[in-house]
Amino acid sequence: MSDVYIVGAGETKFGELWERSLRELAVEAGLRAIENAGVYSRDVEVLYGSNSLAGIINGQENIGGLLSDFSGIAENNIPAIRIEASTASGGAAVREAYHAVKSGEFDLVMVGGVEKMTDVFGSELIDLTSSVLDREWEAFFGATPAALAAMSARKYMADFNVEKDAMAMISVNDHFNASKNPDAQYKNKLTLEQALNSVAVAEPLNMMDCSPVSDGAAAVLIASENYMKKNKLEGVRIASSAEAQDYLALHSRKSLYTLESAKVASRKALESAKIKIDDISFAEIHDSYSIYGLMELEDLGFAEKGKAKDLVYEDIKIDGRIPINPSGGLKAKGNPLGATGVGQFVEAYRQMKGKAGERQIKDAKYAMLHNMGGSGSISVVHIVGGE
Amino acid sequence: MGEVSRFWREAVHRYRLVGHRCGNCERTYFPPRDVCPVCHRDSVGKMKEFELSGKGTIESFTVIHEVPSPFVRQRPYILAIVKLDEGPSLTAQIVDVDPGEVEIGKRVSAVFRKIAQQGSSGIIQYGYKFVLD
Ligand SMILES: [Zn+2]
Repeated sequence: MSDVYIVGAGETKFGELWERSLRELAVEAGLRAIENAGVYSRDVEVLYGSNSLAGIINGQENIGGLLSDFSGIAENNIPAIRIEASTASGGAAVREAYHAVKSGEFDLVMVGGVEKMTDVFGSELIDLTSSVLDREWEAFFGATPAALAAMSARKYMADFNVEKDAMAMISVNDHFNASKNPDAQYKNKLTLEQALNSVAVAEPLNMMDCSPVSDGAAAVLIASENYMKKNKLEGVRIASSAEAQDYLALHSRKSLYTLESAKVASRKALESAKIKIDDISFAEIHDSYSIYGLMELEDLGFAEKGKAKDLVYEDIKIDGRIPINPSGGLKAKGNPLGATGVGQFVEAYRQMKGKAGERQIKDAKYAMLHNMGGSGSISVVHIVGGE
Repeated sequence: MGEVSRFWREAVHRYRLVGHRCGNCERTYFPPRDVCPVCHRDSVGKMKEFELSGKGTIESFTVIHEVPSPFVRQRPYILAIVKLDEGPSLTAQIVDVDPGEVEIGKRVSAVFRKIAQQGSSGIIQYGYKFVLD
């Protein structure tokens, strides 16, 4: 079995990119990754496209075929398929690439994540994004992703006596970091007061507790140690990969604020990398809603249940004890669903290579990347770094 | 979205709150499921329909302002996770009440109501909502 490395990474700017199409975004990210790695696309043996909702938002399925064709490699006749795991598609696609290389079957795999959300807007888009929930038993009755996060938040706040400030600080931190990320959707810093006074989306969550509607694409090249050395590339190691599942519907889970999928995936990823949570230098977490930021800090292992509030004012800052979302996270870097998890790898790669500019974390040894699907039914956790 | 069959398929479970009881361990489930997550293959063929009382307690709730298209005319509405007295929890609207009166822990009962109207097809869907006791 081979060690597995990220040897190139690239992404588009995330945002409301009205003039850009699904395929253009994907190809731009892919070419950036190829350019960044300094390899040729003819060396790519497999292409995994990650995407969540193109079928219903853009009327486009067969994403593998689309990406292969417009990346200009159709005549290479390599396998090109889409990996779909709802909003965790990106992490799940990198995980498949990791396995393909680790097994020794392939030496160079491309993962391209893309989502083009602004082709639909308003209540129509909310209905479509609600398809990552249980359509028949949640969305049918009026549930939305924000509504489920809001119900987790209300119960969490009541049981642990936590105020909205603690949740809002997740968004404040995201915006501060995004202000230093040229690829981020938002460059404005957010004050606690602004966050608390933004309009209600699903009470107690406000607009500033919710990740935005984003277009964007991200791509990484995953290679074997052999390929990397033979081509004199300097990659960043993927130390481990884990994925875990929970009940699809929030109402079927044992607790409204415990992400079993995140707990299990984190534990397995740490075990497999043979490290402890204290060895993690920074993390990118799936804070599609600010409450998930608090729940994830706890369930991934950075804080006891109900205690994430003790981390959010100082420790999670970019120069704090455990920096969270140096990229700007889902709230401020943006959340183009199928691209989000791949984008986390782009950030980790840049951080580990010392190429993260003004948001550079010093001497990072290991990063934890957490990508989540639905309201927590899937978690994919990777640990990046180490020798 | 969807064809009419998608809506009548689950109608009996939504109209009368019919769930499943595992004949192997006696655990109760709503919505119905063909395999018990505790007993696995030992439960196959032993999941029996049973009607829930429709009585329960609010576990959590939200008032939704940004709503999906079939619910635009109901904006804003109250959505809750209700723990039924028989054990299972479900997701449903709380109606006929001012949001200020809704609290975690309050007792509720199921009522049969119109849920939403699908945009293009115009199909009206029915099912359960809850009211405070
Ligand atoms: Zn059973």
